[in-house]
Amino acid sequence: MFYNIGQIIMLFWRTLQALPKAWLERKKVYDQLFEIGNASLLMVCILSLFIGGVLALETGPTLVERGLSGVLGRMVGLSMCRELGPLMMAILIAGRIGSAMAAEIGSMRVYQELDALRTMNISPINYLVMPRMIAMVIALPALVVFSIPVGWLGGALVSTFNASISVPVETFFHDLREGIGVADVVHGLVKALVFAVAIGLISCHQGLVTIGGPRGIGRSVTKAVVNSIVVILILDYFVTRFLIYFQ
Amino acid sequence: MSAPEQRNGNVSVAVRDLRKSFNGEEVLKGISFDVKPGETFVIMGPSGSGKSVLLKHIIGLEEPDSGEILSAGQSVHGSEVLSKYRLAMVFQSGALLKSLTVGENVGLYLTEHRLMEPGEIARVVAEKLEAVGLKGLEDRSPSELSGGMQKRVAIARALVIDPQLVLFDEPTSELDPLMSVNIGEQIKQMRDRLHPTILVVTHDRDLAFGIADRIAMISEGKIRFIGTPNEIKNSRDPMIQTFIHAELTNT
Repeated sequence: MFYNIGQIIMLFWRTLQALPKAWLERKKVYDQLFEIGNASLLMVCILSLFIGGVLALETGPTLVERGLSGVLGRMVGLSMCRELGPLMMAILIAGRIGSAMAAEIGSMRVYQELDALRTMNISPINYLVMPRMIAMVIALPALVVFSIPVGWLGGALVSTFNASISVPVETFFHDLREGIGVADVVHGLVKALVFAVAIGLISCHQGLVTIGGPRGIGRSVTKAVVNSIVVILILDYFVTRFLIYFQ
Repeated sequence: MSAPEQRNGNVSVAVRDLRKSFNGEEVLKGISFDVKPGETFVIMGPSGSGKSVLLKHIIGLEEPDSGEILSAGQSVHGSEVLSKYRLAMVFQSGALLKSLTVGENVGLYLTEHRLMEPGEIARVVAEKLEAVGLKGLEDRSPSELSGGMQKRVAIARALVIDPQLVLFDEPTSELDPLMSVNIGEQIKQMRDRLHPTILVVTHDRDLAFGIADRIAMISEGKIRFIGTPNEIKNSRDPMIQTFIHAELTNT
């Protein structure tokens, strides 16, 4: 495990070193951004709508029963901004995009395409890892920004139409506006940024160390997704602890 | 990636007491030989004798346990041989990038090192594909091509850089006899036009005797013999005689 962590840190360092050449690789970054957006946008929409809805459904009746219907908007809004938006989007991206990255790079490794790049003096870090990392770091926070209002909408719909809650849309959004500031959105975006780096590094690293043919590729994909999710959840705690100091 | 500052002239290769083990099993057991600039040197031997591993060491894809490999007098590990000299390797599988078209594969070196404008790259790619008999296939995907065609695309990809040293890993494996002859012809044409140093790893006797200036016979991780095709044919080593005369008889 420590060997892998060391390798991932080295990969991160070499990716940072490659960043000055990012402008030259912009076409690959655009391609990756399109790939991430195309593969995820609809899923983000559905997932966020239902997360917001479930949040309202789980907390709404209790809040209403205790005469706290006025804080339901704030409750759903904060949860989406600070926690569930970035966390669930990161898990979704780890599953959809992280797995694809590990599979593609892993397949290139198994079928000697990475060796072919090296013999042409083309760095796999510059050619494959750096564009994917940049795209991930741009795309995940952007998807989180998109997911937050969709989640709010889901919460508002359930709050309005569920008979045991029945909080009007205006009340919901009024409370949401009152209770949420830019700092809460930034909190979520910082988390998304950290998660994006973790998913990109873990998935690319897993692809680069793939061995053993098609079965090895499958193993790498599974490891990339599972390790990403575990690391996301661990980082979530520490990033939250860190960000609380700035409140 | 920027255009590397490169040196001209053919490249010599020197392998000195090369040893490599995988999982405790010694695959290369102290290999030493020299390849002169502009020479076509064939490393021949049975499957599993360590030929491909040796080739990967020569281009710097594997790190030796001990010993050294010098390319143009410089160690291929820890130095910038790949950026100073134009080296190319044609892999056994072709190793074409499946996410790119044939044309993009052939022009990859020029594109990534930004050595030419896109229009000029397209012209060079068309020229090299024509040279290997694959004119007009630029827009095809590698997966649409046969094994032989993929190998010829890999040769075109090597030709693009006007290589000073080219390594071929089993260039005729999995090919029918006609295509094997065709690949042999491509290697000869490359030798006659560009005069690079060529290293070929193969167990194809016809190819080895057809193109080699010298042949090294490798067996169980050791060099058994180095000589011209005639010298190897006249060798009295029973292993070599068995290898070069092995035939299936229909009785």
